[in-house]
Amino acid sequence: MIARTGKSALIYAVLVLFGLFFLSPLYVMFVASFKTLAEVRQSSIFSLPQVWTIEPWIKAWSGACSGLDCQGIRPFFIATFEIAIPAVFFAIFLGALNGYVMTQWRSKFADILFGLLLIGSFVPLQLFLIPLAVTLRELDIYGTTVGLVLIHTVYGIPLTTMLFRNFYISLPSELFKAAVIDGAGFFKIFFSVIVPMSPAIMIVAIILVFSGIYNDFLFALTFGDTSKRPIMAAVQNLVATTYGVKEHNTNIAAVFISALPTLLLFLFAGKFFVRGLTHGAVKG
Amino acid sequence: MKLLNNHAKIALVLCPTIIVAVYFIWGFAAYTAYLSFSKSTFLPNHELIGLENYHTLFDDIRWWVAYANMFIFGGLYIFGCIIFGILLAILLDRATKGESLFRMFYLYPMSLSLVVTGLIWQWVLNPTSGIQHLFRSSGYENFKFNWIVSQDYAIYTIVFAAVWHGTGLIMILFLSGIKSTDPEIWKATKIDQIPVWRVYLNIILPQLRAILLTAVLLLGFQVVRSFDVVVALTNGGPGYASDVPARYVFEYFFERGKIGQGSAAAMMMVTTMIVLILPYLVFEIRRKDA
Repeated sequence: MIARTGKSALIYAVLVLFGLFFLSPLYVMFVASFKTLAEVRQSSIFSLPQVWTIEPWIKAWSGACSGLDCQGIRPFFIATFEIAIPAVFFAIFLGALNGYVMTQWRSKFADILFGLLLIGSFVPLQLFLIPLAVTLRELDIYGTTVGLVLIHTVYGIPLTTMLFRNFYISLPSELFKAAVIDGAGFFKIFFSVIVPMSPAIMIVAIILVFSGIYNDFLFALTFGDTSKRPIMAAVQNLVATTYGVKEHNTNIAAVFISALPTLLLFLFAGKFFVRGLTHGAVKG
Repeated sequence: MKLLNNHAKIALVLCPTIIVAVYFIWGFAAYTAYLSFSKSTFLPNHELIGLENYHTLFDDIRWWVAYANMFIFGGLYIFGCIIFGILLAILLDRATKGESLFRMFYLYPMSLSLVVTGLIWQWVLNPTSGIQHLFRSSGYENFKFNWIVSQDYAIYTIVFAAVWHGTGLIMILFLSGIKSTDPEIWKATKIDQIPVWRVYLNIILPQLRAILLTAVLLLGFQVVRSFDVVVALTNGGPGYASDVPARYVFEYFFERGKIGQGSAAAMMMVTTMIVLILPYLVFEIRRKDA
């Protein structure tokens, strides 16, 4: 009995230690973002603020400077949503339609197309940068919101197609057959039979695709316009550029704000997050 | 009234995806392959020059540092995530209470971007603001922890941050695997008085080989792609000591105006990936034939 409680105490001790390791950076960031500049430079990273101030958060949001540009991260934050929302919509709409066609209207051609997409989704994105730059210039949308929406839609399609295909393939085919016998058309079946059966996979897809786009850095850095660059490129730029004294507290608050959307998604919809990632991982 | 027959509708629906697959993925990859043999500098130039870009690339010490870093980083990152992931999965499987809370603690870094991860750790590991500062200001004047600005050790700080970010996902993969094994094992091994750790090591884990393979592949792709965390944490520095191929390619494309050489480097990334994944593909095909 003693041996058993000893063992379980050891298990919990290790679990707690790892928990502290994983949580400590978040704690360190949290306290630092509420310290004054003088304190953040003097005090230890683990100490609580002597004087709590929300000044760094306000400044990070609407007054922090990268170079000569002093408008905080707000415009970039908003710009990211302007890119992510339409791109999430298009990628999911097309992915769901693809999944529907590939599972319910099976054809050799669709299988080949799926194979091409799947293998293609493993290609390092660096291979696409120069051709993308050329294409965006040709279309005259380089450095625009439209350009980034296009990029994220295009490279979101392999993931959404895979998610919806793997989900729709498990639907009972009787429903589909019954709808065909009832004389329902191609799009009618999709919108009134297939879509209503997929709210869970929709949520998974929205969360995965949104956080992918929101957290994107490579495309943001390459194709974002300096005045409207997506958040990850903006916050990295803010922290990396120094003119005079480095305002750690403001920078950290900016990093914190930029992390909040996906962090909150995880806290409130963690189940779907995990399902999406493990599903994608196992099936992909 | 039907305007289109079903075949036409299928074709219509698949049209955007055909463009994506043929143009934006395979066409683009082929174009970059072409550019790697071309005279391109600041702009794509279609004049072919054979293998010259590859020669220049292979003569560049910076490339080999970046390439070697990919293996140092990749090896340790994959090893770290899998060891800690399995350990935590087993401990959580043993723990009776608080499983979901602990799971959340280990998993949340996964929701953060790698830029955020890099920036957080950059601050914690920075000698003037982070851990070194902490120890020095609490009396250990000579305490030294400056890996992040060290030629020899900077690459390990990237491993550290990336393992922090990636362990949770591996843990959850193994945890679901462990939970799906046959519970009868425990009854049988209890009668035979086999110690718990041996049951995990010799009976349960060997059943999870497919998950291990998935985890290695998943992490492997992350390694080849890793760009964000490196830029945010060390930006390849000091000098080019912690550079990786993904960042090297980006720099040669957009900062040095050597698109040809950058394309050659990008092709090396893909080639490496194919060579590493080949044994897995052969294994899969053999398994399906059997």
